[in-house]
Amino acid sequence: MSEKVKLKGLSRELIALRVAKELEDGTYVNLGIGIPTLISDWIEGRDITLQSEIGMLKTGPLASGDDIDQDLINASCQPVTALPGTSYFDIAESFGMIRGGHIDVAVMGALQINARGDYAGWSNPARGLFVGNIGGSMDLCAGARKLYIAMEHTTRDGQYKIVKELSYPATAMGMVSMLFTDLAVIEITPKGMVLKELFAGLTPEDIQSVTEPKLIISPDLSEIEF
Amino acid sequence: MDKVYPGIDEAIADIADGAMIAIPGFFACGVPRDLLQAIIRKGTKDLTLTCGCGPLLGAADELRTLVQNGQLKKVIDSYGLFRSASKGMQDPFEQAVRAGEIEFEVYPMGTMAEKYRAGGAGIPAFYTPTGVGSVIEEGIVTNIEANRAPKETRVIDGEEYVLEYALKPDYAFVHAYVGDHEGNLRYAKTARNFNHVMATAARITIAEVESLVETGELEGEDVHTAGIYVHRIIEVPRPQFAITID
Repeated sequence: MSEKVKLKGLSRELIALRVAKELEDGTYVNLGIGIPTLISDWIEGRDITLQSEIGMLKTGPLASGDDIDQDLINASCQPVTALPGTSYFDIAESFGMIRGGHIDVAVMGALQINARGDYAGWSNPARGLFVGNIGGSMDLCAGARKLYIAMEHTTRDGQYKIVKELSYPATAMGMVSMLFTDLAVIEITPKGMVLKELFAGLTPEDIQSVTEPKLIISPDLSEIEF
Repeated sequence: MDKVYPGIDEAIADIADGAMIAIPGFFACGVPRDLLQAIIRKGTKDLTLTCGCGPLLGAADELRTLVQNGQLKKVIDSYGLFRSASKGMQDPFEQAVRAGEIEFEVYPMGTMAEKYRAGGAGIPAFYTPTGVGSVIEEGIVTNIEANRAPKETRVIDGEEYVLEYALKPDYAFVHAYVGDHEGNLRYAKTARNFNHVMATAARITIAEVESLVETGELEGEDVHTAGIYVHRIIEVPRPQFAITID
């Protein structure tokens, strides 16, 4: 692949803020490692319940100082706090909850995604290992009612992450419904990827230039809104 | 039935070379560190450690020693490698996996949890939607190519599922906040994670507890793991560790 010009867009924190806006009140949500974890900073005070697959509901903000408890971490191994109404449960129940369809939305990071909503996130072939870190990602894909991806639009050196066909090992096929990047908000529909929002100052052609599959431009296309 | 052992070394004295031991813990949280250190002292070889979510990343010093002592034959986990590829290249466990000296077999985390639950509940195998569409449904995911046996799949009500087998380790090392003399256990917050299911699945469960109380002091309705699943119990100091996998 040829070298691309890297477009400047939202910070990781602001990608997280845009996803937070998409989450509806009254929902149960699981956040994956990376940009998704940052969403927890933007939902304080809202009626959104975070599930951590380690075995906890109503996970609170990150803990610091004297609030740090070595027996209370989130699924990214960060010390967290508990909110009123927190519950703890064992891992088989936690994943029963996930596979059983009780989680409304899972937000995950990704290495590659295509226009059919297939995505790859558990193994980068550059590492040269057949094995990798799957964690809870495949269970969340199988069980969450909606699956969102939050990621940088391209790799660090500007290569496509939004591709026609995955070249990395898949995490799940056809499950992703929304994609949030530093440059765009894209809906994944049976017809393909629909560009809904883009970063201020960019054109649809700019977004297409860093996106391998052909984008459908939404008639309601707007700047990314928070 | 008093299950308290005089010391941790006595509690693991019968573990022979080649044993399969379940190691709970979710990264740094709820890991049986004292029992891991005891098995290092004992020098037991050819161990298979079956995990759930990276307890050996959370207990990185113990893992490094186990690898350097040549005590490990195989590790099973959902998340056992450093996230950073460059750090992984320096890690003795990953180096041994790359060299094929230690087998590393991986499953999705919920499949790991259900393998123990099924193992403890008399269910030999189960169909799960997790992993369909990935290499997980094609066969066992392991660094040892000869062991990548194909998996069975089945369509039920129009959806595809993959067959996964129960796991029944020889031993489970569990870590609890409180235990009584009969082996009733209570865990702290998210330190419960894999401890309970592993206790149910193993032939012999050995529990290290931060506080050993007289039978009757732990109220029945506060028990997370009933004593029937726990065979040996010892008291250990509350562990000190960094909450990190870096």
